[in-house]
Amino acid sequence: MKHFLSVLFLLYFLPSMAGEIRVCSSCEIKTVKQAIEMAQSGDTISIEEGIYKESDITIINKSLHIKGINYPVIDAGMNGTAFAIKAEGVTIEGLKIINIGRSHTKDYAAILLNGSQNFTLKNNILENVFFGFLIEKSDNGLIEGNRIEGEGIDQANSGNAIHLWNSNEITIKNNHVKEMRDGIYIEFGKNCKIINNVCEKNLRYGLHFMFSDSNSYIGNTFEDNGAGVAVMFSKHIEMKKNLFKKNWGPASYGLLLKEISDATLEHNIFEDNTIAVNADGTTRVEFIENDFKNNGYAIKVHGGAYTTSFTRNNFLHNSFDVGYSGRLNDNTFSGNYWTNYSGYDLDKDNIGDVAYRPVKLFSHIVNQTPEAIVLLRSLFIDIMDFSEKVSPIFTPKELIDPHPQMKRILW
Amino acid sequence: MFKILKYSFYDLSRSRWSYVYFLFYLLLGFTLLFLNNDLSGAVITMMNVIIVLVPLIGTIFGVMYYYDSKEFTELLLAQPIKRKSIFLGQYFGVAISLAASLILGLGIPFVAYGLFQSGAIWDFVILLVTGVFLTFIFTALAFNIALSNENKIKGFGFAILLWLFLAVIYDGIFLMALVHFQEYPLDKFALIATMGNPIDLSRILILLKLDISALLGYTGAVFKNFFGTSMGTILSLGMLSLWVILPVWRISAKAKKKDF
Repeated sequence: MKHFLSVLFLLYFLPSMAGEIRVCSSCEIKTVKQAIEMAQSGDTISIEEGIYKESDITIINKSLHIKGINYPVIDAGMNGTAFAIKAEGVTIEGLKIINIGRSHTKDYAAILLNGSQNFTLKNNILENVFFGFLIEKSDNGLIEGNRIEGEGIDQANSGNAIHLWNSNEITIKNNHVKEMRDGIYIEFGKNCKIINNVCEKNLRYGLHFMFSDSNSYIGNTFEDNGAGVAVMFSKHIEMKKNLFKKNWGPASYGLLLKEISDATLEHNIFEDNTIAVNADGTTRVEFIENDFKNNGYAIKVHGGAYTTSFTRNNFLHNSFDVGYSGRLNDNTFSGNYWTNYSGYDLDKDNIGDVAYRPVKLFSHIVNQTPEAIVLLRSLFIDIMDFSEKVSPIFTPKELIDPHPQMKRILW
Repeated sequence: MFKILKYSFYDLSRSRWSYVYFLFYLLLGFTLLFLNNDLSGAVITMMNVIIVLVPLIGTIFGVMYYYDSKEFTELLLAQPIKRKSIFLGQYFGVAISLAASLILGLGIPFVAYGLFQSGAIWDFVILLVTGVFLTFIFTALAFNIALSNENKIKGFGFAILLWLFLAVIYDGIFLMALVHFQEYPLDKFALIATMGNPIDLSRILILLKLDISALLGYTGAVFKNFFGTSMGTILSLGMLSLWVILPVWRISAKAKKKDF
């Protein structure tokens, strides 16, 4: 009982014991560095409006809460990192960090976290940065409501907005990322949740997974990136309710799946991408109730696909619905709606009576001889596709949707 | 020559077929834009129509006009007029009236739907330019065939065959060559083979102007590098002009020596 009381006592007084240090141009403490040096673990540092020309601010083993009031500007003046942190339970919110230096050998970031558990980075604005948040070996974090903007020069001279390396259980929520190299990059990260972010105009990928298992991304928008999302060498990824839009260019695509297993894609919308889904080596991947609209290719399968299923998706006005190379294996297409389907439904059960063949002869030829694409929209190709549709000879016989829907699937 | 051109042109502008042709494009333009209010989408659909129909109509109209006005031509030949001016006058009369039907027929609906305010204007201009070139090319080829064949049926047959060859068979052979030699680098070959056929060249010129060109991938990039430069533009326009000049030159050469 005594112990319990003392614990209660401590808990009651702890918050009030934590001090608050104010930083402003007319305060006693004028620089963030000074404040951090003075502060003890558990303190709050409030930085008031103003411009602070500081770089390489380091926090070591102090659990600080750094709070900006009316977005004070931390200007790193193109030298190195703004904040470098190695401490537990750090919170940084409401700062505007600008002008992070570029380097070909060092990864300068607005905020660098290394071995810092339980962190929170909230409502910050980063502009003209090389890397935005560089998070290494730090678990259990929250990155929320930040706005990150780069200059988007070229891939070699830009960094990633949110870069996770060897970090698990991190929630990335409601961030807006623009004109960086990768919007969000995760390497060796587990159980991360990426929710409702907007990644646009990034030079490489909007979101990029490498060797990261059991993650999910839900409700994000990826627009006009070099490529929308790349998921590589990862297992158990959940992809839901995302919008992949206008990832358009000769080498661009909405979603790249490379050596992926046990993933689910549900309720995503792919619109105006050159290639909506570019799949190379997928095992046990399920596509359920997605919309593919006005894409060049809706799905391009490069081979090495096993137990990959496409069920109840809408394929609307794509130039090619499916491009397929390699064997069919045990992949299935079933119960999708295809706008190019021209069959009939005599028994009125809303399922077409004739199977649909999503691979056109021309897309089959283009897969083998890429140069043949120059004949796109030639009369000869139309005639050829039509005759192949009437009596298929060249396209894979088993690649059919046996139950094509007559009406668009509402989900 | 201009007098003959004028007569041919007036004659054709009073002909029912010119109106049918004009109304066809007018109706097509309005229907397409009515169904799908998006100008650049309509340009793509229009391209499909133009690269197939314009050559076909140019060919048939050219052959038909030549055979129909044969008696009038013979009457003219009795007059002290240069043969060259008679035939070239007739040719330009037909080609210009067809081109005018095309430009007006497509232009009116597109302008009515706000072409000048939209970004699709250059796509549309390239569409019309290639359409006009195709009209001139295929009318000239038709006159050549008609001049070389006294027999109407034979002339028509050849004309249709020529259209069929350039619109369909050529692409078939092209595709077969690509598939057969797929082990080799084919970009140059594809480029040259495209330049060799006015229909293919027009198709590529229009495609590269549209969003859809990103679909062409690596090969498309090679094409874009070529056609995107001023050198490529000049070369492709030169190629189209050559397709007009050579047949026109042969019309005058053939007309000079022909017995009537």
